[in-house]
Amino acid sequence: MTLVGWLQILVILAAVVAFAVPLGAYMSKVFAGERTILAPVLGPVERGVHRLAGVDPAREQTWLGYTLGMLAFNAGGFLLLYLLLRLQGVLPLNPQGFPGLSPHLAFNTAVSFVTNTNWQSYGGETTMSHLSQMAGLTVQNFLSAATGMALAVALVRAFARSAAPTVGNFFADMIRATLYVLLPLAIVTGLWQVAMGTPQTLDASVSVETLEGGEQTLALGPVASQLAIKQLGTNGGGFFNANSAHPFENPSPLSNALTIWQMLVVSTALVFAFGRLIGDKRQARAILATMGLLLLAGIGLCYWAESAGTPVLAAAGLDPAGGNMEGKEVRFGLAASALFAAVTTGLSDGAVNAMHGSFTPIGGMVPMVLMMLGEILPGGVGSGLYGILVIAVVAVFVAGLMVGRTPEYLGKKIEAKEMKMAVLAILILPTAILGFSALSAVLPVALSGLGNAGPHGLSEIYYAYTSAAGNNGSAFGGLSANAPWWNTTLGLAMLLGRFAYIVPMMAIAGSLVAKTRLAPSAGTFPTHGPLFVGLLAGIILVLGGLQFFPALALGPIAEQVQMLAGKTF
Amino acid sequence: MLSQLRAAATLLGILTLVLGLLYPLAMTAVAGALWPAQAGGSIVTREGRPVGSALIGQSFAQAGHLQPRPSAAGEGYDASASSGTNLAPTSAKLAERLAADGAALKTATGAAILPADAITTSGSGLDPHVSPAYAELQVPRIAQARGLSLEEVRRLIEANTAGRTLGILGEPRVDVLAVNLDLDALAPPVAAPDVSTPTAWAAPPN
Repeated sequence: MTLVGWLQILVILAAVVAFAVPLGAYMSKVFAGERTILAPVLGPVERGVHRLAGVDPAREQTWLGYTLGMLAFNAGGFLLLYLLLRLQGVLPLNPQGFPGLSPHLAFNTAVSFVTNTNWQSYGGETTMSHLSQMAGLTVQNFLSAATGMALAVALVRAFARSAAPTVGNFFADMIRATLYVLLPLAIVTGLWQVAMGTPQTLDASVSVETLEGGEQTLALGPVASQLAIKQLGTNGGGFFNANSAHPFENPSPLSNALTIWQMLVVSTALVFAFGRLIGDKRQARAILATMGLLLLAGIGLCYWAESAGTPVLAAAGLDPAGGNMEGKEVRFGLAASALFAAVTTGLSDGAVNAMHGSFTPIGGMVPMVLMMLGEILPGGVGSGLYGILVIAVVAVFVAGLMVGRTPEYLGKKIEAKEMKMAVLAILILPTAILGFSALSAVLPVALSGLGNAGPHGLSEIYYAYTSAAGNNGSAFGGLSANAPWWNTTLGLAMLLGRFAYIVPMMAIAGSLVAKTRLAPSAGTFPTHGPLFVGLLAGIILVLGGLQFFPALALGPIAEQVQMLAGKTF
Repeated sequence: MLSQLRAAATLLGILTLVLGLLYPLAMTAVAGALWPAQAGGSIVTREGRPVGSALIGQSFAQAGHLQPRPSAAGEGYDASASSGTNLAPTSAKLAERLAADGAALKTATGAAILPADAITTSGSGLDPHVSPAYAELQVPRIAQARGLSLEEVRRLIEANTAGRTLGILGEPRVDVLAVNLDLDALAPPVAAPDVSTPTAWAAPPN
């Protein structure tokens, strides 16, 4: 670890917070339905879309109506994407002449992009037509992120409103998230990415004769338009197989800083918007402090582990001071790779600028653990905020148990119904991860996909289902996932991790919105100070630790011990 | 519920048109007008012929060229199939490869300690850079093959070395293709072509 490496990490994170404050203020106006600076341009577009689709933003929905509207919209998105991928061979804008995808790959990919996971069992430049990349994947990059934001706003309204029947209008919220937040940011930052070197063309490729007379085919395409929303929407599905390690997706240290900024900024701004919407900015600062502390711990551990290198590298004569550069790019080095790995999994992004599967065992455990903690640090666009609010409900319940009072959070009493739903939601992640992992660890059809032996092979299984159920999308890439078993079960894990979590979460919203908002009294446990930050961080770590530590002990921790003992597999 | 379905279907249609066609096509038009070179892949030409992309690494095996890191993309630096090895830190395959390449490079250069990037593969398999330390290690070989002085080769490498952006972002790096274009322009090689380090590694099926 170096001083300049840490300086880079802190400067990028500071740039995120500095911009997230005004963006959060803007987003709170967007979701309160107030007039914003972009209204003269986007207002007419928004009203036109409402008219065509028959959406009346003044007609609000109950939690159930909101959830059903969201489910209908996402089911339609899945069907459309599935058809597009199956039929891409006969559709236009397919300059490489790629055939349609197999049923299991199309299922996996369609689920993956609709659930904001963006797990990729395929390599983009060898599989997808331009039409699939643009009208299929790019569209769901926007819509899955807008869906997450709408759901988070609905939950925030449930806290902010007192004794109200409705939580908002899903379609109106989703349209606002797309038009006012995601699209303008994507246009501006996407063009900047082109200026830095990311291609944006309808050509498929250029063939060149290299200096030594070889032939090189450079895959091209409409990369920047997809890259910008891939990061802003915490999607993470790369245009190319190597994702953000590919020099076209991430040409320079500056573009790397921008892509990290892009993936963090909307989720961070949503926390600030939450503070404004409930009328208490201190609550937002406490949540953000918890996220920041745990994320920094993850970054530090990963950076340390990668800087320490491995015995195999040292035995080959490589400079120990250079750390582990297998699977990393020279222009990024150790600090920017460790930062990216922790951020992409503390979020639910899943883009990678270095190959996590070649990290040291502890360095690779960090992204895995950040996903197992629920991807709430600060989490995916929308999903991070509603995820940490569910944990906050559990935290005040635990605090309430200790002093024997009915717990309250943000003026709403937390009672049996909310707790049942919160626990139901929390149990989804371990059920999907450990259940499917246990099956895959014994089934030959699953094991044939592993690319590495020993404890790392087990880690590949854990990582895959953790990434899928957490809707992350990054991978230990040694796993060959494009096979019926993996595509199908990973698709199911993604569906469970997204929608089986959302329904109980929205039930909590429905229950809370109907309750009267109480003024704080002398007996109210304050949820804006360091005590609450410590409690919240503790609950996150205890929940994650209890659920997953035994699994980690058999995977990355066993691998680290074996590695230090000089064992290879 | 029927109005929900109607809204969902109509919105999906409208938004697919706006976000899936209008947005990327408008971005393509604007990008092509403002930054045509970058939008088209930053293609580098020599004597009017395209020889590569300024951003993408390519294979170099001749002794008179600065050599890149080994690559796991296709047969090596295949820019239509980017990939890392995805081998584990405890992989026996990785250990064997590193031991063999490390021994070969130590013998060839006489160095006792090698730069961390020299025999490791990159994440993309298309890394266009090497570290200044790995470039320095190759200076004597290049100078001998081209009949240049060590100083001349060093100066040329330095001219194609970038530092950290704004002093803190990323790492110092040498642009391999740019160095080799300059080397070819300055002096033709005098020694026979020689493969001294392997540049391709088979990636596991992905």
